[in-house]
Amino acid sequence: MDKLNRDQMAARVARDIPEGAYVNLGIGLPTLVANHLPKDREIFLHSENGLLGMGPAPAAGEEDYDLINAGKQPVTLLPGGAYFHHADSFAMMRGGHLDICVLGAFQVSATGDLANWHTGGDAIPAVGGAMDLAIGAKKTYVMMEHLTKSGESKIVAHCSYPLTGIACVSRIYTDLAVIDVTADGLRVVEIFNGLPFDELQRLTGVPLLKEST
Amino acid sequence: MISKISPSVEAALEGIPDGATVMIGGFGGAGQPAELIAGLIEQGARGLTIVNNNAGNGETGLAALLKAGRVRKIICSFPRQVDSQVFDGLYRAGKIELELVPQGNLAERIRAAGAGVGGFFTPTGYGTQLAEGKETREIGGRMYVFESPIHADVALIKAEAGDRWGNLVYRKTARNFGPVMATAAKRTVASVHQILELGALDPEHIVTPGIFVHRVVQVPRTATGPAGFKQAA
Repeated sequence: MDKLNRDQMAARVARDIPEGAYVNLGIGLPTLVANHLPKDREIFLHSENGLLGMGPAPAAGEEDYDLINAGKQPVTLLPGGAYFHHADSFAMMRGGHLDICVLGAFQVSATGDLANWHTGGDAIPAVGGAMDLAIGAKKTYVMMEHLTKSGESKIVAHCSYPLTGIACVSRIYTDLAVIDVTADGLRVVEIFNGLPFDELQRLTGVPLLKEST
Repeated sequence: MISKISPSVEAALEGIPDGATVMIGGFGGAGQPAELIAGLIEQGARGLTIVNNNAGNGETGLAALLKAGRVRKIICSFPRQVDSQVFDGLYRAGKIELELVPQGNLAERIRAAGAGVGGFFTPTGYGTQLAEGKETREIGGRMYVFESPIHADVALIKAEAGDRWGNLVYRKTARNFGPVMATAAKRTVASVHQILELGALDPEHIVTPGIFVHRVVQVPRTATGPAGFKQAA
């Protein structure tokens, strides 16, 4: 089984982000998508701590820790970018103004429920903007490994981890496939590196529909 | 002549009672009013309820206030970070109460308090642990959760520049919660690096109008440091 690596996954997500899109990239794996956006496409990156038109990381020595992203890492602002306060920033997210958000996940259910904020048990919980993003963007994409480290499917019938949002995920990008959440069920859009559909199905916890041909 | 300028941090914070609810601006280190937090530790109020996005980084600022044992409860969205060891220890020892709030609800609940709104319905969190026990309502075919406003006795915020009427401008993403917190407290204290003459701030560019600000105190500029993430070695 020939899985995509993290950069290849990010490049695959980046391919689907069109010119002019307002996009929020979640912390972790989704952050890598920014490195793969084509330079000839104007895409507006939003960061929930209060900026739009986010640019790349600054050169070494140029860091300004008053200019950070949601992961609290130093970033830059593109010409035309803007700063705003938190209530405005979350109005952009909750008010349906973002076209796409890309989030990491522990689990996604067959109906698009998302679990990505808490592993339960006695872990100290932290939620940040995950619940706002999940339900607020026009499209919520999830980007995650297909399987857990112990080989279990992260696409499940029902999430066993605490939910972030209900029926909020529209598309799942894994290291094995791209899968749409549809009213009919989970429809495979693309399988990577020649993995047979039956093998993908065997590895996945819920029934998949074949890509429409 | 009206002047909201306090001669010192100590003067700006006098009289904050035990048990007060204190909003503290900042997202990680950006916008965290370090001098005002140090002043609050010095001032001595205990049993505080703190409203902040996080729960302190490292051992300074908000983390130092927690470590000093002054905080009974924290209302925040993202307490657990790589450098939140002070909060983590208090939480695990049962010495601090946590009200975990989705970040957008935190901002909007503060905004609601400042705008005189008695609460609002939002889809954020519907069907999750964080909405358990809350009133829900179907509006236009979608499910919403009722969220109540968060008022404060005091807001401590960091701005870049201000004038004697309390008008403020901020610096980059250090703005974050400052403008909404300023609206939601009975006493808003802003630290600024520059105090300007009236009229020097372009009225088209003022972010927080002075009506929301009660005291302005000048502090020396120090560079904001990294906080809240794992630095590459």
